[in-house]
Amino acid sequence: MSPELQQVGREEFVLNMGPHHPATHGVLRFVLHTDGEIMRRAVPEVGYLHRGLEKLAEAHTYAAYVPFTDRINYLESMFCNQVWSMAVERLLGLQVPRRAEYLRVIACELNRIANHCIALGSIAMDVGAYTPFVYLLREREAINDLLEALCGNRLTYHYVRIGGVAHDVDEGWQGKVRAYLDHLEPILDELHSLVGGNEILVRRLGGVAVICASDAVGWGLVGPNLRASGVDWDLRRDRPYSVYPELSFEVPVGRGEQGQVGDCYDRWTVRVAEMRQSVRLLRQALERLPAGDILAKVPRSIKPPAGEVYQPVEGARGELGLYLVSDGSPKPSRAKWRSSSFAALSIVEHLSRGLMIADLVALIASLDPIAPEVDR
Amino acid sequence: MESLVQHLSARWSLGPWGQELLAAAAILLVAALVFVVALTYAGIITWVERRVAGRTQSRVGPNRVGPFGFLQWLADGAKMILKEDVIPAQADGPMFRLAPYACMLGVFTAFVSVPFGQLLIAADLNVGILFLLAITSLVVVGVLMAGWASNNKWSLLGGVRSAAQIVSYELPAGLAVLVVVLGAGSLSMQDIVRAQGGAPWNWFVFRDPFCLVAFFLYFTAAVAEGNRTPFDLPEAESELVAGYNTEYSGIRFGGFFLGEFANIYLLSAIATSLFLGGWQVPGVSPAEQAGSVWLQLLGFAIFFAKAWALVFVVVWLRWTLPRLRVDQLMGLCYRYLIPLAFACLLGTSLLLLAVVPGSALDLGLRLGTTGLGALGGALFAWRVAHHIRRAGDRVSLDVLQRGARGAFDPAWQTRRYGAFRKAARGQEER
Repeated sequence: MSPELQQVGREEFVLNMGPHHPATHGVLRFVLHTDGEIMRRAVPEVGYLHRGLEKLAEAHTYAAYVPFTDRINYLESMFCNQVWSMAVERLLGLQVPRRAEYLRVIACELNRIANHCIALGSIAMDVGAYTPFVYLLREREAINDLLEALCGNRLTYHYVRIGGVAHDVDEGWQGKVRAYLDHLEPILDELHSLVGGNEILVRRLGGVAVICASDAVGWGLVGPNLRASGVDWDLRRDRPYSVYPELSFEVPVGRGEQGQVGDCYDRWTVRVAEMRQSVRLLRQALERLPAGDILAKVPRSIKPPAGEVYQPVEGARGELGLYLVSDGSPKPSRAKWRSSSFAALSIVEHLSRGLMIADLVALIASLDPIAPEVDR
Repeated sequence: MESLVQHLSARWSLGPWGQELLAAAAILLVAALVFVVALTYAGIITWVERRVAGRTQSRVGPNRVGPFGFLQWLADGAKMILKEDVIPAQADGPMFRLAPYACMLGVFTAFVSVPFGQLLIAADLNVGILFLLAITSLVVVGVLMAGWASNNKWSLLGGVRSAAQIVSYELPAGLAVLVVVLGAGSLSMQDIVRAQGGAPWNWFVFRDPFCLVAFFLYFTAAVAEGNRTPFDLPEAESELVAGYNTEYSGIRFGGFFLGEFANIYLLSAIATSLFLGGWQVPGVSPAEQAGSVWLQLLGFAIFFAKAWALVFVVVWLRWTLPRLRVDQLMGLCYRYLIPLAFACLLGTSLLLLAVVPGSALDLGLRLGTTGLGALGGALFAWRVAHHIRRAGDRVSLDVLQRGARGAFDPAWQTRRYGAFRKAARGQEER
């Protein structure tokens, strides 16, 4: 064989997917080493959306940093607010009023549903069905309206404040949320049967990019991605915080309905099931919402005693953690965010070998990473 | 057309050169006419697609330009012509410029032998359907040229995917067409339409069960050849950015765009004339139809309605289904569609040998297949109605609207921001 012929099939086709690519949801970049359509390696390149949010924390007071936390992840900013507030409260040793805790749970679960609407919509969109995305955005719009009525903002809420929440609910707001939940539940059923039952979607997601449980734990996957791999782990239940121990809910786990446990389809079903559980949590929280204050007595100038704390919560994408160091001054000495999207992206290279380009797109969509949360 | 040219040249007593010139002028005129018709149809389909997509997705769609936004396609066309025609520095210039023309040529030339009516056909070639299959393959040349000349890896992948896809799906499409050709005994489009009748049970689609399957095979394969969802891999937005036309802009992009949309009409028109009785009016024989202008117009209207119904189905599919993967696409073609098409061909040939045309068995077969088709349609309609009823019981859109109104309700706003406003006013007074 001539040397040229021997090279056939050994050459690599290097493709730059992103930072401007319709499937990378913002500014992620993947360098694909492929053999035609089949991937040898897909290396994620991060850092295109680095805004230095961790460093910024060191230049701002504890209370002034709350609006910055909205920008950590614009799709689950309620959780980012909550993590920051809970960490500072732990440093201060502050007790949050129970009404505020319930309001936090309500706001966060609404935010979780809104986030999963986008996640499921983009999974469907990335396998080529544009229409479910629009319908899910419509449902999310109603949540945006509800949260706007609650706190005046539609995306960057900074509703959860240190020591409680910013605003109390209007009269009639709870009724609106209940009406919305009544409206949402049949839509979730319809979504799962109509979109999730579509033969093409099932074949595009089922058995594709399987993450086994040990890999999922090893690469630090969290939240729905971890649970889709069959690991039954939810911080709301296993490391209880806020008022979650008082509420009853189930933790959905991937069962490999259309392929293997931990495939893209499981990451779809787990998210649908989580939305159902959020509806359940919301109903209970609205039922039990106690009367009382919404904000604890917080000192005008927040100066936590020197010390450090790691505070995780179960965000929409799983464990969202904050490591916070205080030196006793009004500004934090160090803040480090542990973001779920970053962990989710790190496993892509490990999984990418042998996938097709279209599978990679489905994998990225089903891991649901958000570029600002990856880079912070 | 020929007789007209002969008549005019005799009347004006033209020499041989004059006759040639007259014939050339006539051909040019017809070509321009066909081009304009195809262009208009392509444009209108873009509007139909956007309106249908809007309704499918619970939105309105374009509604600003003209009634129901109908003139939107003209505005879009004007926009495309006015936009800068960017040619990348590293692209293969001449090939890059030529590619859209190859695409358009393949589709627009095919309109020449589409029978819009009994007399409304530019050229009733005796190899009509063969010509259509052959000339539409020119599209793949254009797509490959675009993919290669763009010097962009996404474009290249799109071009290669497209070539593989179109060439593969031509096999089931051609085999399904053969099923019809066997029945009609001719390749001419008009002969194929004449071999059918106006009533549904005289259409080729309901001639026997194999033809019914062949219709679906042809339709699927034609949709795949037209690069439409669920087979739109060559321009899969979420995978290949925009596939082979990533680097194109302005009217050159418009060329691909129009070619693709004209192709939708083309595939619907071919399916209509091959399987759905074309311009045949129920209860009227082709000879009778030829004698009356009104029947001619009715025939055109019937063809128009059937073809646009199929266009609607193509658009509807696009906004409903996800996209297949490359290997699934090829597997579908070679593992299922082609064997099925061969089976249909064999079955039809055997039936042609066994069943005498016009016999009771023939009529029974036709009526039975029509019943089967009607049953399928009714089942589908029932399922749709059932799902609409079930969803309608519980889903209330009021919630969403109430939410939106609440958000913009001034009284609510005042209540919510009242405290801030009061504080602000207090500061001003101070």
